[in-house]
Amino acid sequence: MPKITMREAISRALWEEMERDSNVFILGEEVGLWGGTYAVTKGFYDHFGADRVRDTPISEAAIVGAAIGSAMTGLRPVAELMTINFAFSAMEHIVNEAAKLHYMFGGQFILPLVIRVVGGGGRQLGATHSQTPDAIFAHFPGLKVVAPGTPEDAKGLLKSAIRIDDPVLFIEHATLYQVRGEVPDDDFNTPIGKSKIQRPGRDVTIVTYSKMLETSTKAAEQLAREGIEVEIVDLRTLRPLDMEPVLESFKKTNRAVIVEEGWRSYGVGSEVATRIYEEAFDYVDAPIQRVAQKEVPLPYNRTLEQMALPQVEDVIRAVKEVL
Amino acid sequence: MEKNEYLDLYYQMILIRLVEEQAAQLYQQGKVGGFLHLYIGQEAVSTGLISVRQPQDHVITAYRDHGVAINCGVPSKAVIAELLGKATGCSKGKGGSMHMADVKKNFWGGHAIVGAHLPLASGLALGDKYRGANGVTICMFGDGATNIGYFHEAVNLSKVWNLPVLWVCENNQYGMGTAVERASAVSEIRQKAEGYCIPNSRVDGMNIMAVREAAQQAIDRVRRGEGPYFLEAITYRYRGHSMGDPERYRPSDEVKKWQENDPIGIYRHYLTDQKIATEEDLDHIEVQVAAEVQEAVRYAEASPEPAPEALFENVYVEA
Repeated sequence: MPKITMREAISRALWEEMERDSNVFILGEEVGLWGGTYAVTKGFYDHFGADRVRDTPISEAAIVGAAIGSAMTGLRPVAELMTINFAFSAMEHIVNEAAKLHYMFGGQFILPLVIRVVGGGGRQLGATHSQTPDAIFAHFPGLKVVAPGTPEDAKGLLKSAIRIDDPVLFIEHATLYQVRGEVPDDDFNTPIGKSKIQRPGRDVTIVTYSKMLETSTKAAEQLAREGIEVEIVDLRTLRPLDMEPVLESFKKTNRAVIVEEGWRSYGVGSEVATRIYEEAFDYVDAPIQRVAQKEVPLPYNRTLEQMALPQVEDVIRAVKEVL
Repeated sequence: MEKNEYLDLYYQMILIRLVEEQAAQLYQQGKVGGFLHLYIGQEAVSTGLISVRQPQDHVITAYRDHGVAINCGVPSKAVIAELLGKATGCSKGKGGSMHMADVKKNFWGGHAIVGAHLPLASGLALGDKYRGANGVTICMFGDGATNIGYFHEAVNLSKVWNLPVLWVCENNQYGMGTAVERASAVSEIRQKAEGYCIPNSRVDGMNIMAVREAAQQAIDRVRRGEGPYFLEAITYRYRGHSMGDPERYRPSDEVKKWQENDPIGIYRHYLTDQKIATEEDLDHIEVQVAAEVQEAVRYAEASPEPAPEALFENVYVEA
């Protein structure tokens, strides 16, 4: 299988879906002439034209609101918000409109909508541009929240997100775009709402997603050299959350570490740990550990920023703690 | 217009008035939960406006939506059933007073966050433009909505993309209890459209014939592809912002003064003065409407509650 970057994988998913269905179109800041601030839509404007690759003002509420309105008429918009931090400016439209309209009007409104956002820290962009607030969005029933950690999943999940009739927040990680991975050439879809075992192991279960899949994998490789076999479950979708592979793995290892980039309090780790305690309490051999971001607004200084973000060593320490 | 069309407008205005009065009663009886915002006093705006739309034109409004729903063709029994939270309500009892819609009638709600539906209206219009359809999106909102950011983002986008939207500000003088001049830097709301180079006008929202004429001209322009248009209708709500409003912010003689300018009274005089209809014709309509509303209440009260399974239905299209 050919190896391509995460950026190429996402770009190809968009391209293929736009070729397949003329109702699919892109709107967002700098998606057209510029080619996307992360170069995901480079070449799209020339190929698909200004009507299908729509540059917008810096106007997040209008971007998401207009995407919702056009989706209600049967179009399949892919709205791009330059970063997840800017999604706060469209919070009303994401949580009060996109997540609720189908339910609140008794199923009359259908919103086949994707909102692509870029999240994550580690690039010295300071506190306002470096957040990983994924759990906030996963809190709302009615929204589907997807956050892939590999190029293959990014492509397959984005294609699914575009094809399903529900609103999907698709969270990409800013530091994963250059990551390479094997991606099938054919037209494949990866189902939303399915967690996946990315690395088999027998000793400890790590539950993670997005960028922290990479961090956890590095930790697992180091631990393997010490004879500790870690099994990694990649959530891939935060809502709806698929706990089955997590519980299956946990019942085998009886030990778990949850690794997320966002803050610990009220985070993904809190949710996953609680579900394990609720549904597999009899299998618990050690208190579940959480690895997460320190509880500070992310600082600019490189050293301080890295201190605040979860590192490979933090994961290794947590794994040894539960053993 | 044929006589029956004139009479139909009268029917709709009376129907809104009586449905709203009935809604207030049901609220006082404890049968309607949540908030209840009545459209009484503003009937000419929605009735006149929507009477000139074509079936392919989208309508979207704020939370004062019962009248708009009726004008869009939602049966009065589905409106009252929704107020009672019944399974037969237009939103299956899940939306309530502020969230009524009927997609088959091209009525897109019923949105309860002030100003938040304006970007959706730009999206509805984008849908038409994208497909090359000739629909116009009619987006109604209050004066209060023009002070929130969503208004400015949506209106700006509509001009930048030349979208087929008719923005209709129902200026009823108050955003909740705060008078326009206490909340808006310009009290002539249409001036805000000037800032976006959007053609605009002001119309007497108590006079249905004036509303019809202004709306027809505006819709024609938008449909011709001239981009968005902004219409400000000057109107007044007789009742409080919602039920339970203490109304300390306006003198009672102000309400009385507006009531002398009642949109239904104005239209009634117009119809008789112009010899379009007789007093008997109009009295007969009022009797008919009263019977319809009685039947709607009976229907709504006899309708079933939503089934318990409905709780988990429609969270997602695809589970």
